[in-house]
Amino acid sequence: MDSINWLYTDKVKDHFMHPRNVLMDESGFEADAKGIIGNIKCGDEMLIFIKVDKEKEIITDCKWKTFGCASAIASTSVLSEMAIGKTLEEAYKITSHDIAKALGSLPEHKIHCSVLGDKALRAAIDDYYMRHGMDDKVKKEKEHIICQCLGITDKEIENAVLEGARTYIELQEHTKIGTVCGKCKEKSLELMQQYMEKYFKK
Amino acid sequence: MLNYRKVYLDHNSTTPIHPEVRKAMIAAMNTFGNPSSLHEFGRVARSLVEKSREKLALFVGADPKEIVFMGSGSEANNTVLNLFSCAGFRKCEVLGCSLAKKEVITTRIEHPCVLESAACLAERGVVVHSIGVDQYGKINLEEFKKRLSGDTGLVSIMAANNEIGTIQDIKELVKIAHGKGALFHTDAVQAIGKFPMNVKDLDVDYLSLSGHKIYGPKGVGALYVKKGVQFCPFICGGHQEHGRRAGTENTLGIVGLAKAIEMREKEMADEYERMFKLKKLLKQGIEENIPDILFNGHPIESLASTLNVSFLGAEGEAILLYLDLEGIAVSTGSACASSSLDPSHVLMATGISQEQAHGSIRMSMGRETTKKDINYVIKKLTKVIKHVRDISTVVSGEKHG
Repeated sequence: MDSINWLYTDKVKDHFMHPRNVLMDESGFEADAKGIIGNIKCGDEMLIFIKVDKEKEIITDCKWKTFGCASAIASTSVLSEMAIGKTLEEAYKITSHDIAKALGSLPEHKIHCSVLGDKALRAAIDDYYMRHGMDDKVKKEKEHIICQCLGITDKEIENAVLEGARTYIELQEHTKIGTVCGKCKEKSLELMQQYMEKYFKK
Repeated sequence: MLNYRKVYLDHNSTTPIHPEVRKAMIAAMNTFGNPSSLHEFGRVARSLVEKSREKLALFVGADPKEIVFMGSGSEANNTVLNLFSCAGFRKCEVLGCSLAKKEVITTRIEHPCVLESAACLAERGVVVHSIGVDQYGKINLEEFKKRLSGDTGLVSIMAANNEIGTIQDIKELVKIAHGKGALFHTDAVQAIGKFPMNVKDLDVDYLSLSGHKIYGPKGVGALYVKKGVQFCPFICGGHQEHGRRAGTENTLGIVGLAKAIEMREKEMADEYERMFKLKKLLKQGIEENIPDILFNGHPIESLASTLNVSFLGAEGEAILLYLDLEGIAVSTGSACASSSLDPSHVLMATGISQEQAHGSIRMSMGRETTKKDINYVIKKLTKVIKHVRDISTVVSGEKHG
């Protein structure tokens, strides 16, 4: 069967078969911060723990747990490798695109799995900032999560509108919003309308 | 026990060709004549098609004239639902056509080919009632009786469900439907060849079946149409199948289907006993080795070869792919495995939570499945579920969430 094309890239398969940095023994790992995103109802949930060198603000260790499909498991696994050794600021900038790229590629309907990964990491970094009196660096707090499944915020909807999204499908293409349970559709359409009026109405 | 073996537990999806079917098809491979041609080439092919029709008719208790060969079970189902598309929208020459009514009744657990056809009818103005099911997937009889009225033209209810295996009491449902003058169609794609089904005994008006679910070839199915009930072709423009399905007959496929049916007749009873025991073994093995599980489907009135189980805290696509690496083929109702990202409509209809649907795995056994296979599956499944749960947030998620 190995000779037959697998569902995903070899890189995804490798991380799926041999996931790196999974947190197996929680009691033996003292994390400096943690972040959680998604929920089981929606089919994906990711939990990321980080250890940070306080002086240099460098992520020295990154462990994780994921409830999700093969690409979700591989996304978190590769992300943990990417995060270790980066400064908090650098790690904050890792995007879902970077994760998908590191995995070779992901099928269109699996992109949201990588979207969750970078959000979970940012949530962990925010948590670190909060715990260490650096509240000013927390970006999430000023935003509101609209899509509970994927943790997509009003800020991202605003950005998508500024980037040219004009229909719900275009908004989904930009953000992947509402591609899981779809309950946020009404609210996100409302926000989209508001931003369109704010920026593009005379 | 072997460390690696290939175990195919996805027979509800499709089955391998039966060796006897293979032989019959190879023997018929050179019969290329068009069954409609009058010359000898055509007559030889016609004879194969008609002999096949007789075998199939005999197996389901129908008259050969009541059997229409089609391209698939989906086509058979589409054909029946589409009988309704003319209702009230075009002048039909059939006087008093009972399909010229306003309503269709179906259920929430039908195959997508029925659900989509019904949705299409609804868009064209037909009133479609989708009956719910209980936690085991049995249709809600009270709701069915309530929705059924003189306006109901057609009832379409599957005999056995492909995902959870639940079997409906078709005979009883037909009686109720006929009581209100509605025609009755059953999608028997998963039921035919697994337990005895006789169209005269059930008194159904239409029945769909497919070749590749019963060790026959893909691309061939059949529809039973009771003598005298309304029928309009779905694929028009040919006199084939007595004008009921245009297109040159798939002689080779039809021969394969008939042989598959013949083999079912010989093997079905013994196989049922064997499947029943294997399912019990599999179920027990899972119960004894894996905690936090939930079996889906009816505990008794269910296909003997189908077992659907939810593993809490584990996601179906991940389970499926880890099992695949161990040589075991199963399927899942998890949203992650579908491009629509929606969990199985059948499981959701039974009222289980999304989390349970995401962790569902369907194992469907077949004639070549052995006890050794099942023991291997229990062993590997136990390992895989532990691994997936070790990675999963579910326990820690509650703590940290």
